[in-house]
Amino acid sequence: MKADRAPLPTPGDVLRRMREGELTLLPIAAALVVIWIGFGLANPTFWSSENLVNLSLQSVSTGVIALGVVIVLLVGQIDLSVGSVSGVAAAVVAAGAVNGGWPLWVGVLVAIAVGVVVGLVLGIAVTRLGLPSFVLTLAALLVLAGVQVRILEPAGSVNIPFDSWLVKFCQAWFLPTWFAWSVVVVVVVGFAATRWSDRRRRRAADLPYASTATTALHVGTLAAVLCTVVAVLGGARGVGYSVVLFVVLVAVADVLLRRTRWGRAVHAIGGNRRAAVLAGLPVRRTVVSAFVACSALAALGGVLAAGRLAAANQETGGGDIFLTAIAAAVIGGTSLFGGRGRAWSALLGVLVIQSISNGLTLLDLDTATRSIVTGAVLALAITIDTVVRGRRPE
Amino acid sequence: MTSPVLELSRVSKSFGAARALIDVDLAVHPREVVAVVGDNGAGKSTLAGVLAGVYPPDAGEMRVDGEPVRFADPGAARARGIATVFQELALCDNLDVVENLFLGHEPVRGALLDEIAMERRAWELLDQLGASVPSVRVPVAALTGGQRRTVAIARGLLGDPRVVVLDEPTASLGIRQTAELLNLVERLRERGHSVVFVSHATSDVQAVADRIVVLRLGRVNGEFEADAATSEDLLAAMTGARPVRRGGGR
Ligand SMILES: Nc1ncnc2c1ncn2[C@@H]1O[C@H](COP(=O)(O)OP(=O)(O)OP(=O)(O)O)[C@@H](O)[C@H]1O
Ligand SMILES: [Mg+2]
Repeated sequence: MKADRAPLPTPGDVLRRMREGELTLLPIAAALVVIWIGFGLANPTFWSSENLVNLSLQSVSTGVIALGVVIVLLVGQIDLSVGSVSGVAAAVVAAGAVNGGWPLWVGVLVAIAVGVVVGLVLGIAVTRLGLPSFVLTLAALLVLAGVQVRILEPAGSVNIPFDSWLVKFCQAWFLPTWFAWSVVVVVVVGFAATRWSDRRRRRAADLPYASTATTALHVGTLAAVLCTVVAVLGGARGVGYSVVLFVVLVAVADVLLRRTRWGRAVHAIGGNRRAAVLAGLPVRRTVVSAFVACSALAALGGVLAAGRLAAANQETGGGDIFLTAIAAAVIGGTSLFGGRGRAWSALLGVLVIQSISNGLTLLDLDTATRSIVTGAVLALAITIDTVVRGRRPE
Repeated sequence: MTSPVLELSRVSKSFGAARALIDVDLAVHPREVVAVVGDNGAGKSTLAGVLAGVYPPDAGEMRVDGEPVRFADPGAARARGIATVFQELALCDNLDVVENLFLGHEPVRGALLDEIAMERRAWELLDQLGASVPSVRVPVAALTGGQRRTVAIARGLLGDPRVVVLDEPTASLGIRQTAELLNLVERLRERGHSVVFVSHATSDVQAVADRIVVLRLGRVNGEFEADAATSEDLLAAMTGARPVRRGGGR
C-alpha cells in the first residue's frame, strides 16, 4: 500500500499540508501575485520591465541580510545587529578602498571577515554565557553603529568610484540574453533530472513516490517562473549579476538547511533545544555557526548596498534595515519561534516588502504610508504564522 | 548467572541541596527487564538521566561490561550501547517522524542526507514495533501520545543498543496502548536487549519485569524477584512503611 503512486494533490490535501507546515511558501507566493496584480492595475508602470529590473536590484542587499536572519531564526535565536553589521561592512569596503588605498577585493574580504568575527562573538556569548540574543544583539547594534560612524570619519561618507567592479556588479552588469536563457535550460533540466532520479530510487526502494503528473507540475512551475523572470527582465536591462548572486545564495542555503546534517541540527535546535541536546547534537557549535552565517551574510549585504549606492555613509545599513530584513524573513514564512521556515522565504519576503514600497512610491504615496502598509502586512504575516498554521509559541 | 551488562555501585547525585540519588546500586544483566519503581520525586528520572549520560554522578561508579565508564554527554552513553527514552520523550515537534528517528545519526550519501535509506529503515523499524503511524513524513506534532512514544522508542532502538532505558513509558497511554507497550518490552527482551523499565505503576511493572528495584527518597529501599513480590510489598517499600530486602541474590 505504501508504494502506491500518490495521485495529484487535491485542494484539501494542499490546505492540510500548508497547515502542517509543509508548503510554507505557497501562501506567500500567492500573496506576491496578488500584490503585483493590484499595483499593476493601479499603475501600469509597475509592470514595466524597467521598473521590475529596479525592483530586483533593490531587493538584493536586504534580501541577503534577510537570508542570514532566516538561519538565525531557524535555530531559535534572533539577531537585531544585522543592519549595523552591514553598515560597518559597507564602511570598511569604501573607506578601505578610497581612504586606505586597498584593492577592492581586499576590502570586501575584510568586511566579510568582520562579519564572521561579529558572528563568532555573538554566538559564543549566547552559547557559553547564556546571554539572551535579543538584548545581546541590541547591544551589538548600538556598538557597531558607533563603530561605523568612526570608520567614516571625518567626512561621514565615502564615495566608491563608479568604474569599480563592485559598483558595476551591483548596478551595471547584466547576464547577456543568450546566457540567461541557457541558465534557465540548464537549471530546469538539472531540476527535472534530480527529481526523476529521486523518483526512480524511491520506486526501487519500494517507497511512495510522486506521480508523473506531480513531477511534471513541479518542473513545469519552475520552468514557467524562470522563463517569466528572464523574459520580463530581459525587456529592459536583464538579470543583474547581483540578483544572480542572491538567488544562488538562497538556493545553496536551501540545500544546506534541508539536505545536510548541519541543517537538520539547526531545525532541531530551533524546535526543541533540550531534545537536540539529548539526541547528542553539537548544539553550541551549530548555534555559533548560525550566528556566523547570519553576520557574514549581513556583511555581504552591506557590501552589496555600498556597491549599489556607489558610496557608504552613516545611513547605510541604518534606520529600519534590520527590521525590514527580519520582517522579510517572517513575511516569507519563517517562524519567529524557531525551527520552521525555508531559505526561500528570504527571497519571497523581501520581494513582498520591496514590491509594496516600490508600488506605493509609484502611486506617489509617502514614506509614512509605506511604513503603515508594510507594518500591516507584517502583522498579517505573523497572524498567519501564529493562528492559521497553528504555530503557537510553546 | 551471567555477569551484568551495566552496573552502578554507590552512585549519588545531588541538585544543590536536593539529594536525588544516594548510594544507589543497580545491576542489569543480559536479556533482563529490571523495573525501577518509586513515588513522585523518588529519583527515578534522575537515575535514568545518569544512565543516559545527561547527569554525571557526583559519587560512585558506573560499569559497562565490568569496565568503569563516565559519560560526558548522551552521545557517549549511546555509543556504549545504552539508549534512553526520556519521560518527556524529547522529540522535536517541528520535525517529521523520519527526521526525529535519525536525529544526530543521519546516514549520508556524499555530503547530503540519504532520505531514502532513512525512510526505508524507518518503516522497517516501525513495522517491527507494530506501530500504526499514518506516514513517516508527518510532523510528530500531529501524532497521538502513543504514536509519539513509539517513535521515541524506535529512535532508542536505532543503534541496536544493549540496554534500553524507558522512563515512565506508560504514563500517557490508554489501557490498550499500555498492553501493547508491555508486549513491546517482552519483544525487546526476546530480541536480546536488556530493559530498565522506570515506572510508578506497580501493576505494569509486575506484568513484565524480572526484577524490581524500589527507590524511595533517592535510596534503594528494596529489591524483589518479580514473581515473589506482591503489590503490598512494593507499596510498602515505595512509601517506606517498612524497609524490605528479599530475593536479589544474583
Ligand atoms: N534538574 C534538576 N534540578 C534540580 N532538582 C532536580 C532536578 N531534577 C530532579 N530534581 C530533584 O530531584 C528529586 C528526584 O527527582 P526525579 O525527577 O528523579 O524524580 P522521579 O522519581 O522521576 O519523579 P516523577 O515520578 O515525578 O517523575 C526531586 O526532589 C527533584 O525535585
Ligand atoms: Mg520522573
